[in-house]
Amino acid sequence: MLSDAELDALQLSLSVATRSVLFSLPFAVVVALLLTRRRFVGRTLFDAFVHLPLVLPPVVVGYLLLLLFGARGPIGRILAEQFDVRLVFSTAGAALATAVMSFPLMVRSMRLALEGIDPGLEQAARTLGATRLDRFFSITLPLMLPGVLAGAVTAFAASLGEFGAVITFVSNIPGETRTLPLALYTALQSPGGDAAALRLALLSFGLGLAGLLAAEGLARGLRRWIGR
Amino acid sequence: MLSVAVQSRRGMFELDVGFSMNEPGVLAIFGRSGCGKTTLVNVIAGLITAQRAQVTLAGERWVDSDAGVNLPPERRRIGYVFQEPRLFPHMSVRGNLLYGANRAPSGEDAKAVSIGFDEALQLLGLEPLMQRRPAQLSGGERQRVALGRALLSRPRLLLLDEPLASLDAARREEVLPYLEKLRERRIPMLYVSHQFDELLRLATQVIVLEKGRIVAEGDVAQVSRAPALRAIVGPDAIGAVIEGEVLEADPRSGAATLRVGAGVLHVIDAHAVVGARVRVQLLARDLILATIEPRGLSVRNSLRGIVQDIVHEPDADLVEVQVGEYKVLARITQAATAALSLQAGSNVWVLVKAVSLRPHG
Repeated sequence: MLSDAELDALQLSLSVATRSVLFSLPFAVVVALLLTRRRFVGRTLFDAFVHLPLVLPPVVVGYLLLLLFGARGPIGRILAEQFDVRLVFSTAGAALATAVMSFPLMVRSMRLALEGIDPGLEQAARTLGATRLDRFFSITLPLMLPGVLAGAVTAFAASLGEFGAVITFVSNIPGETRTLPLALYTALQSPGGDAAALRLALLSFGLGLAGLLAAEGLARGLRRWIGR
Repeated sequence: MLSVAVQSRRGMFELDVGFSMNEPGVLAIFGRSGCGKTTLVNVIAGLITAQRAQVTLAGERWVDSDAGVNLPPERRRIGYVFQEPRLFPHMSVRGNLLYGANRAPSGEDAKAVSIGFDEALQLLGLEPLMQRRPAQLSGGERQRVALGRALLSRPRLLLLDEPLASLDAARREEVLPYLEKLRERRIPMLYVSHQFDELLRLATQVIVLEKGRIVAEGDVAQVSRAPALRAIVGPDAIGAVIEGEVLEADPRSGAATLRVGAGVLHVIDAHAVVGARVRVQLLARDLILATIEPRGLSVRNSLRGIVQDIVHEPDADLVEVQVGEYKVLARITQAATAALSLQAGSNVWVLVKAVSLRPHG
């Protein structure tokens, strides 16, 4: 039904999106907590910085990543010399690019969830003897789970479709960084590739729909679980 | 003993309060909303840090701003029942009840409330609710679960910040008896309220707060006559509270008699139990004064007393009368005071209908 190249692109897309979400999830939780529960100097600036990928052209993000994580970039060099990790032209790099791009979406949905939690509940937990970490794991995290899930799903979907940042940072290498949108773009660029492009477009469409339906079902179950 | 001294300023609002409480008992903090009650309780709980404060419970220093001591709330061992139940929505009633219990230090602690899980369930009537989620409970049930959760954390002090304020009258009546049971178990409680009748039923000691300062304090009987209270509850709610023991009770007619000092008071109390001690408020506006012994009246209570003091208010006089070892207040018109030529030292009869007197447990 699907050609090898299409299957490759599909698998790669899923793998990149999964890695990207798993990687950014804990950071997003921490950032969302900082932005909702803490008042600190530079908070507004930090908030703006986190949301930058939403407003910057993806190519700019890809370019900045290239500057930072490229073979001669300040972080890229350390990663290569100390850990023998090379992000440029690799699947991991694609995951990093999509993670950065979808990060604000994830943080945003978690923030909404956190703002919906009555701070009085954490106060109550406190008077009942729960320490900070205990409160987070017993009260805050379970109650923000629907937001975490929604954020993860949105970020996953956005990761599947990320184009500009990926192609700029890790290029378009079959089996390595050629995800669905990149494959679609390649098909469009090659003569007679219209049919292939359409198939890939339909595939993306189906994938997106399935993801959204699954997320909705999960969210419903979660909401029931936390008693709302 | 709990001793508290707090000085705090937030914007224009200044709180300057010092008091101590002999445990066990119910210390009630009474005042209008915005008088600083909740701030005070939150300083005691540690949820707010005041500019200057000293809080000690039974020799344990919780706050001493001068020495830089500020024990975090999670280590103070308080059971805090908030105005809203604040139950954890993702846990069952059982999970909520166990939350504090599981975090309480085990081992003997003579200063802490020791109440078994089953005992608490029974005391608060929670057994049928155990598997439910907070969303499936009524307002009164939620507040009972919150009370149980606080109790089971083995607290050294229970703080109740208007626990009945979010409930309608029927629900309040449902929860109040449970609070009375806790008082009978001699659990030290700090009870904040702006409903005088709640204090009437529960308090052993009362502090009246107005604009961040204590304007009256003492036992319920003393505070119920305090002039400062008048300004807060209004002239119609003023009246002496006296305590008596039920001598006779007729559940069919609802009539009961109380022994009050050397005298007897006829009241209406369908739930009276012979031998029980109850409190009854004699509202100043319900009392009638006479200078000669009245006859042929339907009024059931006629008490002899001596006028102690007459306070002139803009629209009426408030007459304080010593009846046996109790003082009562009567609100009469200035014309009546003049017609009877009442003054301090006058002998009077105080008349009050039995149906005006409805004791509290």
